[in-house]
Amino acid sequence: MPRLSYLKALNRAIGDEMERDPAVCVLGEDIGVAVTYATAGLLRRFGRDRVLDTPISEQAFTSFATGAAMAGMRPLIEFQIPALLFLAFEQIANQAHKFSLMTGGQTRVPVTYLLPGSGSRDSWAGQHSDHPYSLFAHVGVKTVVPATATDAYGLLVTAIRDDDPVVVFAPSGALGVREDVDLAGLAPVPLGSARIHRAGTDVTVVAVGHLVHDALAVADELAGTVSVEVFDPRSLHPFDWAGLAASLERTGRLVVVDDSNRSCGIGAEIVATAAEEMRLVAPPRRVTRPDGAVLPFARELDLACQPTRSQLRAAVEKSVGAG
Amino acid sequence: MTAAAEPSGLYRTVALIRGFEQRAVELVRDGVIRGGIHPCTGQEAVAAGTCAALRPDDVITSTHRGHGHVLAKGADPARMMAELAGRSTGLNQGRGGSMHAADFAAGVLGADAIVGAAVPIAAGAAWAMRQAGADRVALAYFGDGAVSQGVVLESFNLAALWRVPVVLVCENNGFATSMRPADTMAGTVVGRAAAFGIPAAVVDGMDPQAVLDATTGAVERARSGGGPTLLECVTYRFDAHHTWEHTARPRYRTDEEVAAGTARDPLEIQGARIPAATRATIDAETAELLDEAVRFALAGPHPDPATALDHLYATGLRPRAGAL
Ligand SMILES: Cc1ncc(C[n+]2csc(CCOP(=O)(O)OP(=O)(O)O)c2C)c(N)n1
Ligand SMILES: [Mg+2]
Repeated sequence: MPRLSYLKALNRAIGDEMERDPAVCVLGEDIGVAVTYATAGLLRRFGRDRVLDTPISEQAFTSFATGAAMAGMRPLIEFQIPALLFLAFEQIANQAHKFSLMTGGQTRVPVTYLLPGSGSRDSWAGQHSDHPYSLFAHVGVKTVVPATATDAYGLLVTAIRDDDPVVVFAPSGALGVREDVDLAGLAPVPLGSARIHRAGTDVTVVAVGHLVHDALAVADELAGTVSVEVFDPRSLHPFDWAGLAASLERTGRLVVVDDSNRSCGIGAEIVATAAEEMRLVAPPRRVTRPDGAVLPFARELDLACQPTRSQLRAAVEKSVGAG
Repeated sequence: MTAAAEPSGLYRTVALIRGFEQRAVELVRDGVIRGGIHPCTGQEAVAAGTCAALRPDDVITSTHRGHGHVLAKGADPARMMAELAGRSTGLNQGRGGSMHAADFAAGVLGADAIVGAAVPIAAGAAWAMRQAGADRVALAYFGDGAVSQGVVLESFNLAALWRVPVVLVCENNGFATSMRPADTMAGTVVGRAAAFGIPAAVVDGMDPQAVLDATTGAVERARSGGGPTLLECVTYRFDAHHTWEHTARPRYRTDEEVAAGTARDPLEIQGARIPAATRATIDAETAELLDEAVRFALAGPHPDPATALDHLYATGLRPRAGAL
């Protein structure tokens, strides 16, 4: 079977959708030479009318895509840095996201925002290391964070086909992930459907994005003593609450590992919803970035602000020890 | 005239920046500097010429390609190198790195990793200094790519409207990553200034003396209440957009183009203006200074992970940890 890298999967998803639907177009900076690789070869295949290298004008081209979407296109925007979402937050959260409701359903805004390399990139410092997926889930923009190459393919295809704006975070910690896949079997992954990477009976670990791989490693380490279920929501908004409830019916214990800042991160919502509505025999726990973290440059400091395997392992052990 | 503004002083600054970048690129290759850098090799005349027209109490804001600006404004190269290496002895105690180097004692309010973001910051600082009754000025660096940012054009308007003592320095190095000005810019850089009634000039950004002369006029105007001036310094980026390119090699310019672009070299242009013996002395002194800077950087301690969120708040507010 061919090995598919996460980045190749993103690239393939965009190419396939452009092939399938002439309304799909791509906008972004340096996408012609494909600095992130996600857009590699697209300019050659589809030409300048559908692959638009933009000036460094994020606010303008984000709403430009909104307008194009309202007039029948299905644009995908690539942002080079997650922090550019702060720059274009108005255009996404306050414009694109609100038009369906505010027009009484007269329009739809099928735009995809792709973030290749979200989260820490190994010492790129404060303005290049954010992971603001919780912010988008909070304002209600559809938000996905694929952990694997197949899910990157499937979720990006779904995002492009979706009639609403969707933000696709591709964590830098997952970009190097490769998988043996049957290319013919690549398929769309519906929003709001979680994936259980590993079944277990003692604790459910909900892991977001690249942290799925850390959760799997911790589950391996603990195998024999604790049976860990690794639950990857894949899509944060909408969220697979039914899937989580079913998992907690089996385990009754919950640990969330989430690369968000602690206060108001998606981990908080997951823990709160489980506490309100689901079966828990022990207090739920979170492993996150600190409150309001700004990632410092030096490697040691950058790492000190991100969730670690040892923190996750300790949280799982505490969860099993309690109740 | 200050020493930095003498022909030999301009050469010294250009040589300092050139040598600093060579060493920094090596340290990136060796894995000592993480995250890579955006080298300013080839663009040294802009930093040297502009800063030579400033006083120590004037301030600058810089960009992701800011090593030259920071050094030319007077930051200690050793502490700058230590910052790039992520040591506690660095200018920002290892918290900022290449793209956020700041030295308030030298008037460097900081490099900024978001294109165009520091231009309004420079304008605001300039305004506040005037409000305080001082005749200090601020100078903002930004690239050719940055003039496509709304916030930059909005800042031109504010600065002109309120006659803010700011000098706007556009470093047109021919590229915004892979994109050329002709592909991204309708109109011209100086045309944008003209639209706001801001005096503007195109300057030979390969010639430190030409940059100094143009900046001297702009600084005088700002100091005497005449408001902003825009200088478009036309230069050429000799090296990669980011050191990442040294391994990935995206193709957006040909070898012939690079050869043509690097034919005029600020180091040679300024070097030819001073006696050979002076040049040799400066070269030797600069090499010694920079070798010592690298030694200092490598000898510096790595910061303690327990201090990761020190300085998150000016008030000392401590955030909750991410795991209990
Ligand atoms: C607002 C914003 N958009 C995109 C980026 C990614 N990026 C970093 S540098 C760069 C090109 C900048 O070009 P220019 O302003 O000409 O400066 P140069 O790199 O040539 O010094 C881009 C697109 C960014 N840092 N900030
Ligand atoms: Mg440029």
